[in-house]
Amino acid sequence: MSTPTRTPTGAPEHLTGPGSGGVGDDAQRPDGVLKVRGEFAYGSDLWMEDMLWGVTLRSPHPYARIRSVDTSAALATPGVSAVLTSDDVPGEKVYGLELADQPVLALDVVRYQGEPVALVAADHPETARLAAARIHVDYDVLEPVTDARTALGHPTWNQVHDSTAEVTELSRESAHLHPEGNLVRHLKVRTGDPAPTADVVVVGEYEVGMQDQAFLGPEAGLAVPAEDGGVELHVATQWLHVDQKQICSALALPPEQVRLTLAGVGGAFGGREDLSMHVHACLLALRTGRPVKMSYNREESFFGHVHRHPATMRYEHGATRDGELVYVKAAIYFDGGAYASSTPAVVGNGGTMGIGPYVVPNVHVDCYGAYTNNPPCGAMRGFGSVQTAFAYESQMDALAAELDMDPVELRCRNAMEEGSATPTGQVIDSPAPVVELLRRLEAMPLPARSGDGEVDLRDMPGGVSNTTHGEGVRRGVGYAVAYKNVAFSEGYDDHSTARVRLEVVGGEPTATVHTAAAEVGQGLVTVEQQIARTELGVERVVVHPKDTSVGSAGSTSASRQTYVTGGAVKAACEKVREQLVARAERLVGRTVPDLRLAGGAVVSDSEDITVPLADLLGDDVLEETLEWRHRPTEAIDPETGQGFAHVQYAFSAHRAVVDVDTELGLVKVVEMACTQDVGKAINPQAVVGQIQGGTAQGLGLAVMEEILIQDGKVRNPSFTDYLIPTILDMPPMRIEVLEYADPHAPYGLRGVGEAPNISSGPAVLAAIRAATGLPLTRVPVRPEHITGT
Amino acid sequence: MRLTCTVNGTEQHVDDVWEGESLLYVLRERMGLPGSKNACEQGECGSCTVYLDGLPVCACLVAAGQAEGRQIGTVEGLAGPEALHPVQQAFLDAGAVQCGFCTPGLLVATHDLIARHGRPSDAETREALAGNLCRCTGYEKILDAVRLAADRMAEPAAGGDR
Repeated sequence: MSTPTRTPTGAPEHLTGPGSGGVGDDAQRPDGVLKVRGEFAYGSDLWMEDMLWGVTLRSPHPYARIRSVDTSAALATPGVSAVLTSDDVPGEKVYGLELADQPVLALDVVRYQGEPVALVAADHPETARLAAARIHVDYDVLEPVTDARTALGHPTWNQVHDSTAEVTELSRESAHLHPEGNLVRHLKVRTGDPAPTADVVVVGEYEVGMQDQAFLGPEAGLAVPAEDGGVELHVATQWLHVDQKQICSALALPPEQVRLTLAGVGGAFGGREDLSMHVHACLLALRTGRPVKMSYNREESFFGHVHRHPATMRYEHGATRDGELVYVKAAIYFDGGAYASSTPAVVGNGGTMGIGPYVVPNVHVDCYGAYTNNPPCGAMRGFGSVQTAFAYESQMDALAAELDMDPVELRCRNAMEEGSATPTGQVIDSPAPVVELLRRLEAMPLPARSGDGEVDLRDMPGGVSNTTHGEGVRRGVGYAVAYKNVAFSEGYDDHSTARVRLEVVGGEPTATVHTAAAEVGQGLVTVEQQIARTELGVERVVVHPKDTSVGSAGSTSASRQTYVTGGAVKAACEKVREQLVARAERLVGRTVPDLRLAGGAVVSDSEDITVPLADLLGDDVLEETLEWRHRPTEAIDPETGQGFAHVQYAFSAHRAVVDVDTELGLVKVVEMACTQDVGKAINPQAVVGQIQGGTAQGLGLAVMEEILIQDGKVRNPSFTDYLIPTILDMPPMRIEVLEYADPHAPYGLRGVGEAPNISSGPAVLAAIRAATGLPLTRVPVRPEHITGT
Repeated sequence: MRLTCTVNGTEQHVDDVWEGESLLYVLRERMGLPGSKNACEQGECGSCTVYLDGLPVCACLVAAGQAEGRQIGTVEGLAGPEALHPVQQAFLDAGAVQCGFCTPGLLVATHDLIARHGRPSDAETREALAGNLCRCTGYEKILDAVRLAADRMAEPAAGGDR
């Protein structure tokens, strides 16, 4: 059932044959054998003779002033080598991805529960933990600010469409968590008539809870002091060079003395874009002169990385009687928590794409990111687009109901297509098959109803808990479509660096691809090999370990690495190929227009020329290093949001089928179906894997995943209480992969990872609404939302 | 304390084990066998699944002392020195490995499932693997891998016992 249908289009087909491990093949991952043997070294697996274990002491309070810290008892604990506080940070004491506002170790104030206060290194992790518990911190506990709108002084919705509305005293005075106030970013989108009217108007308020990335491999790494006074850090991360920059700043060391190597990464999903234990382990290693390993346990992991922003949103949609959208007004609030992290960019996505893949002439969006005393929020797969999709797709369903129109029909009537303008005035200049994605979903068969024959409890909501044999169970079907920008936006210099080397090893031409692009599980290492095989016509491609001895590849986020690092590898290979072709032409003594690389040789189709690379290279090593950029984007107008903000959009749609036990509020997702345009599937098996995994995370947010915060404190920091989908929760999936080439992208490809994470949850929510007839404006949907108890 | 147990067929002696350590910690940090993973260390995720006297358990929930004198089997013991076990090969072929952090536990759990059921139905597979969390795959390719491994192991001649 998971076999994808591929719809080939004009994507380049100058590629090597099927099954050769090139572009377009289901090539196997180069790290796969190590992973199934249990021999792949993740961050938490690293080990050195004589290493110490580092642990972090964290604030138990969401907001408090620190009066004093006494580390003497901890230092006196046998086995302890070092205890550090903010006084021991030699360089800048604050860091951050976009704004440096987060202390490496708490200064005078802690702003969230779990904020790091002190570090301990000891010869056993339990010794270190016991010693950390002996650090005495005297706190003056303050009243936390735990709501984004309160923090901004917008306590009521009637103010939110007027950014000049009077703010309350709270935001002026006591709640100033940061010197500049509690507003991280306010993005405005203004287009068309500022006071539009319409035949039919629907208004809705929506709320999305805080989701956790819940990657399985904990934050972990090993810092090793170096003889030159610097440090080597092996760490599981998403972006080595942005880590390096921040570590250098905190340690007051130049980049040459802070060398990073990627350790095995057990999933990321955005949660490793910010620093976690990076600086801490380096500080301890430099202080003790010994290797220091840090590896969070699951509870600490919940405090040790940023989460998905919770959001509150109010939408107003106006349409004509026959279902043409006239206007959308929206106010979107993202709770950024205690520190900025990537909140400005999340607001950018939430605001610019906040009405979904629809053509609307009149748009008025205000999108805010606020500081509160909740856990810091930042990057997570879907990045600002997941939250708004729940709201705008719920609005489309509400509007369809109001118009007595089929929800898919309403969506198709207003869908973007190539040539459409976004609300930010950007003309979509590559395929945008929104209608086709929806129509293909509609055409797929629906799953059989359980209970038509003999009841299998395992098919029922509640499963073998034996809560129903079908009584009170109602089925619902829901649709959703979404879009998401690929790569970094709003004028960011988004580039990657690739070094490609070609030489003869053991008689066989061998390419080595060296980038700093983090492999987090998605399969970029496979893609790097595939591109080199296709471009250089060689079979053997070695992926060099990822480190900072080559230039930045940018972040493994924003669905961008296959596009941007893939583009860099392709371009570097092309430069190597030019050299080879020139050599071959010198050898044959003339220009041959159709020379290409295939089967380990330079060949011509028109003439009988085959020059083996082994002969052409001899002992020579060809190497090319280059930076590659996608076409530039531009900053948007601060008052209107207009501008060419995003380089590419990815589109996906889902249909969800659910059975709901309406008496107990239990939901069983029966089937998920997804259609997605990927431009060109570089590795079809991995593409489908991304769609399946993204679908699961969207489903999780719709029905079960939420970090529960009460008065600024996390109530469920464990996999016992923070639930992610199990194999019992995930239904079979139908997937159709479309390949409409983007002419601006390498191979026509489109970033894949995030879009299916965005459209799946809203489809599940729509299906539950269809089953129950309830409005359901908050995710995750809990049983009590369905039963009303 | 001193711990003696048999791991993947080899008798192991470890000294200076602290009584509070788990079997998982001893395997990973004292025996050089980090294949069993430490994703939650509270028995919820299954990534540290090992055989204890032939039964799959979460190594994080077994105190080191409880392993005294017993037989442990880990992911490192599934394959021979050359060929992969069919379950491992099936996970690779089906694309069931992404980040791979859940993989060692799933391999042991699947190995046990097929040993007990031969060719499990999807419903049986879902029940059997419900204690193994995976965050990357959405589980579809894990189900594919289980079917593939079971088919190959049932018909080694036809399916290619690799």
